[in-house]
Amino acid sequence: MHLLVCGGSGCHASANGDIAKALNEALQLSGLNDEIQVVTTGCFGFCEKGPIVKVLPDNTFYVEVQPEDAEIIVQEHIIKGRKVEKLLYKDPEKDEKISDSAKMDFYKKQIRIALRNCGVINPENIDEYIAREGYQALGKVLGELGDQKTIETMKQSGLRGRGGGGFPTGLKWQFANTNQSDEKYVVCNADEGDPGAFMDRSILEGDPHSVIEAMTINGYAIGANLGLVYIRAEYPLAIKRLKKALEQAKEYGLLGKDVMGSGFDFDIQLRYGAGAFVCGEETALIHSMEGQRGEPTVKPPYPAESGFRGKPTNVNNVETFANIPVIINKGADWFAKIGNKKSTGTKVFALAGKVNNVGLIEVPMGTTLREVIFDIGGGIKDGKKFKAVQTGGPSGGCLTEKHLDTPIDYDNLIEAGSMMGSGGMIVMDEDDCMVSVAKFYLDFTVEESCGKCTPCRVGNKRLYEILHKITEGKGEPEDLDKLRNLSSVIKETSLCGLGQTSPNPVVSTMENFWEEYEQHVKEKKCAAGSCKNLMSYHIIEENCVGCTACARKCPVNCISGEKKQVHKIDQELCIKCGNCMDVCKFNAVEII
Amino acid sequence: MSSVKVELHQKDVDKIKEIAKEYNNDPEALINVLHSTQDHFGYLPAEIQEIVAEETNVSIAKVYGVVTFYSFFTMTPKGRYPISICTGTACYVRGAETVLEEFKRQLGIEVGETSENGKYSINCLRCVGACGLAPVVMVGDKTYGRVSPDGVSDIIAEYEDAE
Ligand SMILES: Cc1cc2nc3c(=O)[nH]c(=O)nc-3n(C[C@H](O)[C@H](O)[C@H](O)COP(=O)(O)O)c2cc1C
Repeated sequence: MHLLVCGGSGCHASANGDIAKALNEALQLSGLNDEIQVVTTGCFGFCEKGPIVKVLPDNTFYVEVQPEDAEIIVQEHIIKGRKVEKLLYKDPEKDEKISDSAKMDFYKKQIRIALRNCGVINPENIDEYIAREGYQALGKVLGELGDQKTIETMKQSGLRGRGGGGFPTGLKWQFANTNQSDEKYVVCNADEGDPGAFMDRSILEGDPHSVIEAMTINGYAIGANLGLVYIRAEYPLAIKRLKKALEQAKEYGLLGKDVMGSGFDFDIQLRYGAGAFVCGEETALIHSMEGQRGEPTVKPPYPAESGFRGKPTNVNNVETFANIPVIINKGADWFAKIGNKKSTGTKVFALAGKVNNVGLIEVPMGTTLREVIFDIGGGIKDGKKFKAVQTGGPSGGCLTEKHLDTPIDYDNLIEAGSMMGSGGMIVMDEDDCMVSVAKFYLDFTVEESCGKCTPCRVGNKRLYEILHKITEGKGEPEDLDKLRNLSSVIKETSLCGLGQTSPNPVVSTMENFWEEYEQHVKEKKCAAGSCKNLMSYHIIEENCVGCTACARKCPVNCISGEKKQVHKIDQELCIKCGNCMDVCKFNAVEII
Repeated sequence: MSSVKVELHQKDVDKIKEIAKEYNNDPEALINVLHSTQDHFGYLPAEIQEIVAEETNVSIAKVYGVVTFYSFFTMTPKGRYPISICTGTACYVRGAETVLEEFKRQLGIEVGETSENGKYSINCLRCVGACGLAPVVMVGDKTYGRVSPDGVSDIIAEYEDAE
């Protein structure tokens, strides 16, 4: 018997280290610590209900576990063989408890390739990775396939880059292979800049060896002897696990000099990012790895010709890499059959926002947005109405009701006015104001623009200012034209992918929520009730009983009124926090 | 430069030298060196940057250029209890902004500032990846999930008695 405890950052944050410890202590007390192992794994994906503990072999899935629950899990489940009812997941629709995760809606439609080992193995133990076909693909490449057949396999699999662009991976490898040079490099892009995406981090935390193995395969296929992982410094746990995995791989002769006795040398080093979104762009990333400011340069030349230290370099994303060992092991045809014709395989999404089941999911390409949001995601939180889903992060767009049945793939999302991006998927409900959402992303872009080219540096700032003006209730009709024109100029004239895509949140929300922009500008109203300057809180005299609850709760003391008398809100002082409305039991506060 | 004047002791200088040496005084490793240095000192004032420049064989201008380019590096000391509010998209749609406003209001400081007694500072983070717990706030290494504006005073209260 095994107890798997989620050690992903999300669960870690909710007191997880203590759970493993508490379980171990409880086992010790019962004298079972030799028989039963507590394994800290990577992310299970179901972050909404974390921390999660899974019991093997019976697959019992416990949710929202606290350290105090360790005792009862050991006493009841382990010793007496009875499931701990109160920790089981309850299906909200059928109102019944489900103990096997495979039967939960959240997992039913998922196929896990890139996440195959996350939540299954202990990422700090290389033997567990090896026991699940780990490093077999590397053996096959070194011993059997050679570089050309490996690249051919990648091409046939149809794998496209998961970092956002969707460029065919096999083709990229071929370019790097063909370009002759004394030195070449492999780079893993673990910069994960989209604020609201955490799949790359989860893979590195949950299955670092899959990335190491794939980078080594990549090195052999293009003729490189050094790999670099460019990773965000904000990911301390991923860095720690990656370092440990690198050490273990070297110890086992799977990395370093003469890998697996093949005569091929390959080493991997880490380079840390330092909080600049643009460094996710590959040319900027390469400059950053060289110790420079992370400013992008015009392509061509592409990294495959002139990259790190001016040498041919292949850059791939973490998730792209995580797919590769499986493709080599199971074959290109197996992989190509999953998903659809032009987008093969699966995609990992970080599903978040106003959805019931926030978490990390992996679905075959071609799954519809509806299946993701409503079947896997369990629908919208608090019974509210679905309004939009944002994909592609700051470069993407907001899709609406009418896109829900669109099969998700690279081309469909672009057609619909968004993009795949790295896999952030943020669900929004009726309370979200789309003008504010566009403003949120522009705020991000303005902050993250590196300043090298004018359209991006100045243009995005102007876009932000206009949006701000509109949300403040000072928008004029011509502002809407300005937004349109400026957006197209920025898109056409910016130097790198950051500026070329940064107006997308504006363009897509204008396209899909035009009436909302008009309402802000013409009627000076925000139907979502999110723009503070376009609303005010008022007390409805007939309903107010003078209970004083609102006045006591008001953080700025702007509500006056005697006990049992009608209260009044001082509009000058009110900061529109909404506390009064939340606390009123008599529906006596309204927004106008 | 919005930096405080600091006096470095010989042992501080030695420490920087030691860090740079770990990375073979390689100009290419500048960012990794800056990370380790900031880990040790908490921030990167001009005086420290000068020594880093010398030890990694790059110009002071370049070190300054790099430090100011990346948001992770800071030239002002953070508070003893640095408060970081995640403003990633998931936290944003779940109300991070109102939480941020409440911290600013209660502590009387803006984002990027440190309170006068040096105890608190407020910063925004771009997604810590704990989106299931949104909105997320971190104080030092400790993470608080599902924070509402109401819960802000409780969080601050935890640190009020501490030094
Ligand atoms: C502004 C910008 C940000 C990017 N951020 C990332 C990122 O965070 N992670 C990533 O893997 N790729 C990112 N990319 C894409 C990379 O430039 C590059 O295409 C990718 O790393 C290639 O790997 P892939 O083919 O495996 O996707 C970004 C691109 C742009 C223009």
